[in-house]
Formats: sequence, structure tokens, C-alpha cells
Amino acid sequence: MGLRVLAVDDEADFIETLVKRFTYRQIPVTAAASGPEALALLDREPFDVVILDMRMPGMDGLTVLREIKKRHPLVEVIILTGHASVEAGMQGMSLGAYDYVLKPVDFGELLEKAKKAHERKKLHEARNPA
Amino acid sequence: MIQDELGKLRLKLIAITLAFSFIPLLSLGLGLYDRLSDTYIDKVYGNLRNLVENKRVTIDLFLSERVAQLSNLALTESFRELSGEAYLERIFGVLQLHSKSFLDLQVIDQNGICVSYVGPYQLRGIDYSREDWFNKVMAKGIHVSDVFMGFRKYPHFNIAISRREGDRTWVLRAAIDSDIFDSLVRSVQLGKSGDAFLLAADHVLQTRPRFGHEMFDKLNFPDIPRFSGTRVDEMTIDGQPSLYAMTWLNLKDWLLVIKDDPHEELLPLYRARWLLILLLAGGSLIIIGGAVFTANATVGALVRAEREKATLDASLTQSSKMAALGKLAAGVAHEVNNPLAIIMEKAGWMRDLLSEEDIKASPNFGEFEDAVAKIEFHVRRAKDVTHRLLGFARRMEPTQEDIDVNLLLDQTRSFLENEANFRGITFIRNYQNDLPRIESDTSQLQQVFLNILDNAIDAIDKNGSITIATRHHSESGEVDIAIADTGKGIPKETVEKIFDPFFTTKKVGEGTGLGLTISYSIIEKLGGRIHVESEEGRGTTFHITLPVGA
Repeated sequence: MGLRVLAVDDEADFIETLVKRFTYRQIPVTAAASGPEALALLDREPFDVVILDMRMPGMDGLTVLREIKKRHPLVEVIILTGHASVEAGMQGMSLGAYDYVLKPVDFGELLEKAKKAHERKKLHEARNPA
Repeated sequence: MIQDELGKLRLKLIAITLAFSFIPLLSLGLGLYDRLSDTYIDKVYGNLRNLVENKRVTIDLFLSERVAQLSNLALTESFRELSGEAYLERIFGVLQLHSKSFLDLQVIDQNGICVSYVGPYQLRGIDYSREDWFNKVMAKGIHVSDVFMGFRKYPHFNIAISRREGDRTWVLRAAIDSDIFDSLVRSVQLGKSGDAFLLAADHVLQTRPRFGHEMFDKLNFPDIPRFSGTRVDEMTIDGQPSLYAMTWLNLKDWLLVIKDDPHEELLPLYRARWLLILLLAGGSLIIIGGAVFTANATVGALVRAEREKATLDASLTQSSKMAALGKLAAGVAHEVNNPLAIIMEKAGWMRDLLSEEDIKASPNFGEFEDAVAKIEFHVRRAKDVTHRLLGFARRMEPTQEDIDVNLLLDQTRSFLENEANFRGITFIRNYQNDLPRIESDTSQLQQVFLNILDNAIDAIDKNGSITIATRHHSESGEVDIAIADTGKGIPKETVEKIFDPFFTTKKVGEGTGLGLTISYSIIEKLGGRIHVESEEGRGTTFHITLPVGA
């Protein structure tokens, strides 16, 4: 089964371009402009990898991450952070995120990490058949 | 400004100390001296008064004895009996038994004719009726003359007593040697220049003084009206100030005078005065010295405190400036990061599209591709800046490792060895070999050393040396690392700004102006200090002080 990506960020221009670039590579991607919207989408459709921005108005990235891990433990999350500190990334990873990527994003790196996250998810699913 | 105030404070301290010391010292000293001098002068005057009084009593006693002898004689014997010279001679003999000072004795009748005489001269038959003293004794009954030479050619005086017997009056007269006064008066115990003499009412000397005058000289003495008791005056006579103790005799208008040199009498007092002046002067010197010393010490302590405060203020100002700048930088970086992310994505999307066949055929394809590459390159550059800014604002908590500073410096130096060799720059190691290992963060310290060494190489440019010294200050428990270059130095006006963010002297694109800012915040987080000393044209030294234990 192919990689299905959910991208969550409040910056419309950013998310739009990200969607275009994934689509261009034939990877199905859905955009969400906020945490609650992303959670609603996750409840309705299956996704493999969530790309999640930390800084969003309303529900912030860490809260959304906790919620995702509670409801869909097998979904892998890649954190997008503007903080240069490893600290913020580490905090996210301790909450169950697969990895973190610093903004501005190198798309190649992001794509690579998304693919690896998907592989890990498949591994997990094989071990724990639902 | 502050120097002026401290100078004033110093003077004030000295003035107050002096005032509070001198006022009691002087009042005590002068008060005591005043009391002492009053008491002493009273005593000196009292002594003189006693002396003159005693002498007066003696002389009065002598005179009254002589007068009493003669009057007894005159009252007990009759004119007829005494007119016989043989009898008179016998009486004179009896008189001389009592007192050797009787020179002669004569009896004079009512008409002033000497009727009988006992003595060394032939005076019988002499007529005294014109003499002043004869008239006086006839009128008053008793007369004591002044001392004179007379035809006896010997200083003497006469006592004459008149007696009324029936209807006639006769006179008994004796000449008395006045040497007795000399010996009485001179026996006064006086100092070297002291003197004593008897003075008649007309200021003629009745005795021979020790100095300056002969007997019968007339003294230039003020008129002293008769008074009772004794008197001590300080008078200047013939240009010589002296103390004069005076008293009038009871039986004769003679003034007994004791003269004394005030300097000699008051010498102990003058000595005490000199001693007092010396003590006061010595005490004053000690007080002044003490006051100046105390004031200097106080002001010195204040100056030191002021300097320490200024240093502390400066470092506090620097820290709070850094904190504020850190917040500002973080805010700016965050805000810039999002647009940068979008630009990056848009450029990436363009690159994706450029790989399509039809665009590749476009004549401007090369230009597009180049432009996209440039956009991506510069976004990465901007990203570097924002990430470093964020790093400066929110540094990772430092780790605690056991570090050999000398070794770490050597490792860091080795990264730059090639470039330094190429530019003709030598490293001089001046390490303390037994430097204690410190607890700190290796990678952050390395970043700081690298930054400073890199700056040093840039400052030298070509040919020079960089001296790296390490020292342990055991008393403060700190390690000091000094990195000194022989470069161009930093001008005075910019040396304060070198730790400020974005302050750089390098060309645009070569330095971000964040290196030293980050170094500063790293060292501060590690509990140390960093400061710079620089002299234009001679080089710059960075000092990094780190605690041995974190």
C-alpha cells in the first residue's frame, strides 16, 4: 500500500506548495490548516504519516501530537519546527514523534524521512496485526 | 565627578576629626595651663609678700627696741643725772650690752646745746637749736632720722627722744649704726638677680643694694603712697621689668622693697609652658597624621567599592542587554523563518516543474534553473542566520564533562593549523602543565575557542603569532585562558560593541556578527566570564575565565 500523507500547517502558501510537490511525485497528500481539522480528517480516513507544524494558533503542535498518538498510535508523525534547538525536537520525539525537521524545510530530507516513517509503520503493523 | 566628591569627603573627614580632637585637646591644655599659671603666680606673689612682711617685722622690732631703750632711759633717768658724763658713760655701757649698734649717746638741753656726750667724737657744746630734727623732736617727742654719713663719716641714723621734766624739756639722742639694716635686709634669700633695700620717702636708698646703685643714690622709683600691709607689683624701672614686693615700716616713713626677676621666679612656669607647647605640637602632629591616614583609608575603601560596583554594573548591563537582545533575535528569527519556509517550498516547486519536458525546451531554461538555484542558496544562507540567532537565544543546557583545557585548546588549534601555516602565523603555547581539569561543556567551549582563534587569525591576516596561555588561580578556584594575537587591535570606540549581535568588521557575507555574541552567551551559561583587552596596532587579548567546578 502506498504512502498516504497528512500535512498540517496554518501557513496556506506553505501547505499548498507542499501538497503540490507531493502530488507531483504521485504521493497522495491531504492538507489540514489546524490541529482540530487534522484530527477530524484522521478519524475519517487512514493516513500513514502526519507532517505536523509545532507553531500553530489555537491548538499547538505538541497537543495535537499527543492527541494523535492517543487515538492512532500507529500513525507516524514528523515534526516541523522553527526552533533551532534540539530540545524542542527531542520533546516531540519523547512524545512519540518519528523525527523532526527544521524550518525552512529541505524537501528532499522531508520526503526521505516520510518514506522511512512509512516503512516503520508497515513494520509495526506487521508485528501487531490489527 | 566622583573623584571631586571623594576629595571633598576626604577633606571633610579630616576637618571633622581635627575639630573633634583639637577642641578638647586645646581646651584641656590651655585650661590646665591657665589654672597652673594662676596658682603658681599666686604662690610666687604670696612668697614675696611673706618675705617682705617678715623683714618688716624684724626691722620694726629692731627700731622699736632701740626707741624703747632710749625712752625707758629718758623716763627713768633725770636730766641732772645724765648731764654728768661719768654717769652717762655708765648708762651707755649698759646700752651697749644689749646692742652693739649704739654708736654714741648725748643729752641736749632745751636750747639745743649738747650738755654731755659719750662716744668717739667731741660733740659737747655743739648747738643743735637750728637743726630741723631738734625742732621736730621738741614738738613730737620722738624723731628717727634718715640714714646719713654726717661728720662721723659712717652711715648711721639718729633716734632722739624728748622728755619734759618740770618746766623744761631735754632731749636724749643716740646715733645707731645702720649697717644692721644692710645685714637684715640683705639676708633675704633671693634668686640670682633678686635685691632688697630700704627706701626713704624721697626715694633715697637707705641700704646698699646688691646691684646697680650705691647707698644714698636717689632711685627713679614711682611715688608709693603709704598703705598698710604688703603689696606686690610688676613694674618696669630703668627699662627692666621686675616684681616688687613693698611694705611701709611702722615706725619710720621708709619703704621696704624686695625686687625679684619675674623670669627667674616664673621659670618653672615657663618650662611648663614650653613642655605644654611641645606636647600640644607633638599631639597635633599625631592627630593630623591619624586623621589624614584614617580619611585616606576610608576614601580608598570607598574608591575600591565604587570601582567594584562599576565593574559589576557594567557586567550586569552587558548580561541584561544580552538577554533582551536574545529575546528580540528569537522573535525576529521566528517571524522570518515562516516566509523563508514558503520561499524555499516555492523554489522547490519551481525546480520540480523545470524538470518537465516542454519547459526544458524553453530558450531561457538555463536562466530559470540558475535563478532557482540562487534563490535556494540564499534561503539556506538566511536559514543559517536565523538558526544561529535562535541558537543564541535558546541555547541547549550545557553538559557537564571533565575537561582538560590544555588538550581541548590543542585540538581546537589543530583545526586551524593549516590555514595559520599558510598565512605565516605561529601558535605559541604557554600552558600551565598542572592545570586542574574543569567541569564544563566540551563542544560549546570548543565553539568559543574556535571562534576566538578564527578571529585572531583574521586580525593578524599575515605573519604574526597567537599566544595561548592557561593559568590556574587557586584562590578563586578559576582557570584563566588568554588568547593574544599580534594583529591590528580594536579601536577604543568599538571594543565595547564587539559582543553585540551583528557587530562585525568583516566584509558583507564573510561574518554574521554573531560569533562573539554566541561565545559570550556560552561562557556566561558555563558560569564564566569573557573580556577583551586591546591596543590598536599592537594586538588583542581575549581572557576567558572559567570555574573549575561547575
